[in-house]
Amino acid sequence: MAVTIRRKFEIGDFAMRFGTEIVLLSLFAFAALVAAGFGADEPFRQHMWVLFFAVAGFTAILLRKTEFKPAAPIDPEAYMDGPVRYGAIATMFWGVVGMLVGVVIALQLAYPDLNIQPWFNFGRLRPLHTSGVVFAFGGNALLCTSLYVVQRTCRARLFGGDLAWFVFWGYQLFIVMAATGYLLGITESREYAEPEWYVDIWLTIVWVAYLLLFLGTIMKRKEPHIYVANWFYLSFIVTIAMLHVVNNLSMPASFLGSKSYSAFSGVQDALTQWWYGHNAVGFFLTAGFLGMMYYFVPKQANRPVYSYRLSIIHFWAIIFLYIWAGPHHLHYTALPDWAQTLGMVFSIMLWMPSWGGMINGLMTLSGAWDKIRTDPIIRMMVMAIAFYGMSTFEGPMMSIKTVNSLSHYTDWTIGHVHSGALGWVGMISFGAIYYMVPKLWNRQRLYSLRLVTWHFWLATLGIVVYAAVMWVSGIMQGLMWREYDEQGFLVYSFAETVAAMHPYYVMRAAGGALYLSGALLMAWNITMTILGYQREEQPLPGSEPALQLAE
Amino acid sequence: MDYTLMREFADSWGLLAMAVFFVGCIAFALRPGGRAQADEAARIPLKDD
Repeated sequence: MAVTIRRKFEIGDFAMRFGTEIVLLSLFAFAALVAAGFGADEPFRQHMWVLFFAVAGFTAILLRKTEFKPAAPIDPEAYMDGPVRYGAIATMFWGVVGMLVGVVIALQLAYPDLNIQPWFNFGRLRPLHTSGVVFAFGGNALLCTSLYVVQRTCRARLFGGDLAWFVFWGYQLFIVMAATGYLLGITESREYAEPEWYVDIWLTIVWVAYLLLFLGTIMKRKEPHIYVANWFYLSFIVTIAMLHVVNNLSMPASFLGSKSYSAFSGVQDALTQWWYGHNAVGFFLTAGFLGMMYYFVPKQANRPVYSYRLSIIHFWAIIFLYIWAGPHHLHYTALPDWAQTLGMVFSIMLWMPSWGGMINGLMTLSGAWDKIRTDPIIRMMVMAIAFYGMSTFEGPMMSIKTVNSLSHYTDWTIGHVHSGALGWVGMISFGAIYYMVPKLWNRQRLYSLRLVTWHFWLATLGIVVYAAVMWVSGIMQGLMWREYDEQGFLVYSFAETVAAMHPYYVMRAAGGALYLSGALLMAWNITMTILGYQREEQPLPGSEPALQLAE
Repeated sequence: MDYTLMREFADSWGLLAMAVFFVGCIAFALRPGGRAQADEAARIPLKDD
């Protein structure tokens, strides 16, 4: 007698792919819809419509991709590179958007008629540019490289299953909400922290998830030692969490409204803002990207870092000194003098670890200097480190009170920020993306190395034009502001200084356009690499070993 | 806990603790015999892909 053995159905057989996500996202979209209906002010209602369409659209995509088959088993040993691939594409996309907005606002300064009211005026586009390049481009670069590096230096798959996907998409939602909020006129008016309270809360949730993801991966590492790049990435994640929460402590006027008021007032508020602002430079734009340097430069050069012990000292010195430097943004204000001097002294002390780090990065190439000539990706990384050195030399100098009395509030500051942002942050990220993309998509090489060379020169020329023009314009502006005649009257009206800067504003826009065009070439190169094309081109001179003569 | 108290702590024990921790970190990095371990650690990224 035949016995039919029926296999018991298991819950996994019927599990709907993305089931939980779809339910939760639908509820989230519904909540946004309710907020859009009951919002206390018009910008908030519009912003909630944006949120509704973003979340509902994302849910619809998941619904179309769902299926009722058991999920394919996951190899717990394999690295989880899906979010890294998405992150690389997002980095490129937001980079082009953020830099394009930068060129637009540069032109708006030169030609005020380009201000399109109300959504695209300078006041609303400027935070879109800064957040776009810092948090969207730089943030995605840090996110994807940190997840790439932590897995490979810990030899462990990312912790927490789909947590990495939540962090990636949650961060993109933060970017979309921040960007659309600025255009709608929603702002906290805190520089580099403009998003309002509800977007801040969302970022806090995403950031804590990121911290858990990163720490969890380190905890399950198979490599006994935690490589120094991970220290830098971790310090960036932890410090940004602390800075973001403290700086954004505020009381919403309504829990269904877009306006909130800071928990601090007066000079305390200003100091909190610049404690945040300068450490965003120190830990977001420096520590995080140093993590990138300490992994990708050795990888691309195929040599270990020059001195590992110097990298440890670099790390602790940066951590201990940077956090005190913020008050140099408030020289000659109501901030107590001792605090201004403290900020200045710590800024000057930062010279040492910054240059220690620069030397460490550059000397990694010691014995392989020819790679600067033959490998355009190494050339890009070396230029990044050189700009790290230059801008960390310029910064402490500008923090000296007497220098600051000339430079503060002028274009010199803008030039300084861009030599750091375009030179250091941009170039090291480009180098890392160029390194990662062929590996992530299993391509033999990039679509074109000659395009990388073009990108390098366009970007370098763009930065040099930008920074040099801003030095001239900023120092001129500072000197015009402080010029008195023999009777003690100011020689120039403010409008005269603005008129004098017009030619420099045009040249600055040209420098920015050069940098943007380099990024467009990169986007093309990366896209073609991902699609699997290889451009047929002459190899770069010296990039291939010379043929050995037969003996 | 008011500002004066926090300030007093920051100027004394807080300052000392941070300075000692910092110097300790540097001393640990430069300890005798640390070089071999550091050279080993520096090779971590080059070990696999």
